[in-house]
Amino acid sequence: MNSNLVGHSLQPDSPDSQSSSSAGKRGWVKVVSIAVAIAYLSLILFIPSLNVFVQAFKGGFGPFMDNLTERNFLHSVQLTLVIALIVVPINTVFGLCAAWVIARNQFRGRTFLISLLDIPFAVSPVVAGLMIMLLYGRNGWFGPLLAAANIKIVFAMPAMVLASAFITLPFVAREVIPVLEEAGSEQEEAAKTLGANDWQVFWRVTLPNISWGLLYGVILTNARVMGEFGAVSVVSGNITGKTQTLPLFVEEAYKQYQTQAAFSAAVLLAGLAFVTLVLKEILERKTRIKEVE
Amino acid sequence: MAVSVSSTPTPTRKNFLYQLTHISWPWRITIGYLALMLFLPVSALILKASTENPVNFWRIATSPIALSTYDVTFVTSFIAALINGVFGFLIAWVLVRYDFPLKRLIEAAIDLPFALPTSVAGLTLATVYSENGWIGSLLAPFGIKVAFTRLGVGVAMLFISLPFIVRTLQPVMQQMEKEIEEAAWSLGASQWQTFWRVVLPPLMPALLTGVALGFARAVGEYGSVVIVASNIPYKDLIASVLIIQRLEQYDYSGATVIGVVLLGISLLILIAINVLQAWGRRYEL
Repeated sequence: MNSNLVGHSLQPDSPDSQSSSSAGKRGWVKVVSIAVAIAYLSLILFIPSLNVFVQAFKGGFGPFMDNLTERNFLHSVQLTLVIALIVVPINTVFGLCAAWVIARNQFRGRTFLISLLDIPFAVSPVVAGLMIMLLYGRNGWFGPLLAAANIKIVFAMPAMVLASAFITLPFVAREVIPVLEEAGSEQEEAAKTLGANDWQVFWRVTLPNISWGLLYGVILTNARVMGEFGAVSVVSGNITGKTQTLPLFVEEAYKQYQTQAAFSAAVLLAGLAFVTLVLKEILERKTRIKEVE
Repeated sequence: MAVSVSSTPTPTRKNFLYQLTHISWPWRITIGYLALMLFLPVSALILKASTENPVNFWRIATSPIALSTYDVTFVTSFIAALINGVFGFLIAWVLVRYDFPLKRLIEAAIDLPFALPTSVAGLTLATVYSENGWIGSLLAPFGIKVAFTRLGVGVAMLFISLPFIVRTLQPVMQQMEKEIEEAAWSLGASQWQTFWRVVLPPLMPALLTGVALGFARAVGEYGSVVIVASNIPYKDLIASVLIIQRLEQYDYSGATVIGVVLLGISLLILIAINVLQAWGRRYEL
């Protein structure tokens, strides 16, 4: 597909084409613009991304596999997956509810509610972690109560779940609100007048209409939960083999000068990012096709 | 229209109570979850800060080390957002207007900083820009050190904030009609005149929104910066890292005061972004 573009793109406007001087000048602007854009992207984005893979496989496949079978590493992978399994469904249900409330109702404070949803997005993850410490930490609001009941939240998985859930709270709602608004409520109302109950309307009418937007929101939430670092790092205590997620493992290994182990773990997370981007592309194309229909 | 809660123009108190007890499940989940996950933590932070003696609060918030972290955090973020404003504009323009090899791939890769976990970003930037890294080794002969300096903090912020500017500008550029520029050209305007007078003005709201979004993201960034910086006070220590250091010393009031300052500024930026977006929408009409 791209090979067609190669011959096609540069020739008509290239500086040495025999067209008028202004067209030639425009062609020159084009070539320089593309070159500068790609150079900048290379320095900031492409080279660092490529570096993850090169460093991870520098010693060949053997050391890479050795790092991947290490016990602390496996534990961090497991913990990351468990947290995602808890947070993603909860935030999906909330996101759907919040999107419905915002897209299908007019009420005072609606714009305020939309702005509220942006707070986790605007706040530093460290501040988010701090908030959870102030609530559930030893000297926090619920600290004495939790200690009396012998429930451990901070420096354990529950706080990590809370922190991840806080950070990814808006993602599903943000993706679903526009598709819900676009779909309109006429079909839902028609289903209702034909005697469908609320659940039937949701499963048979609303959900099929918003499925791609919803799926994208879920994928984004998942990527952010698995990659969350700041908030989780504050509340977890970062105890190796206990409360260490994959992103925390990466930092810890790097700090301990185990660069090879850090990159082996990083490559998994980078893989997750690539899968997320590919799925996003596919979903965007699906919605575009749907729009054309 | 058979929605359980729809605000009538003049809701009486009875009506309000009725609404509260008869709200549907999506409302209950939304309100309950937001109360538990958002209101509760935010109020914990604000109430904790308000128990602080105002004099003490001000002393901690404006202590020399705190001021130096604001400098590193906000000034570096601002510069990074501005640089990305220029290059992000160019990248968005190139992606919207021109065709070139591997365009689809580059287009998709713009979102990478959004999807890549920040600790991975920090790790790879620290390696690439270190003195023996791919790019760092090219800069070292000129005496330019990037990793473990404030410059490295800036590079991490460039990385993290780039997609916000490109992705905010792209849809607006796509809607712009090429004909207007061509009209300007045919009427004798130079390339620069066309850019400043015709192309840039309608893109201004989107550009400013993108820069503000990128700035907000850079201010809040922690993971990549903490790895790429040396985290030495007065040199390249950012406010988020100072909060963590205070927490590690069990200095909860110190952490809270700086946390509240960061939260307050983040909320101000959020309001500014909303105003900018409203401005952009008015421009569309």
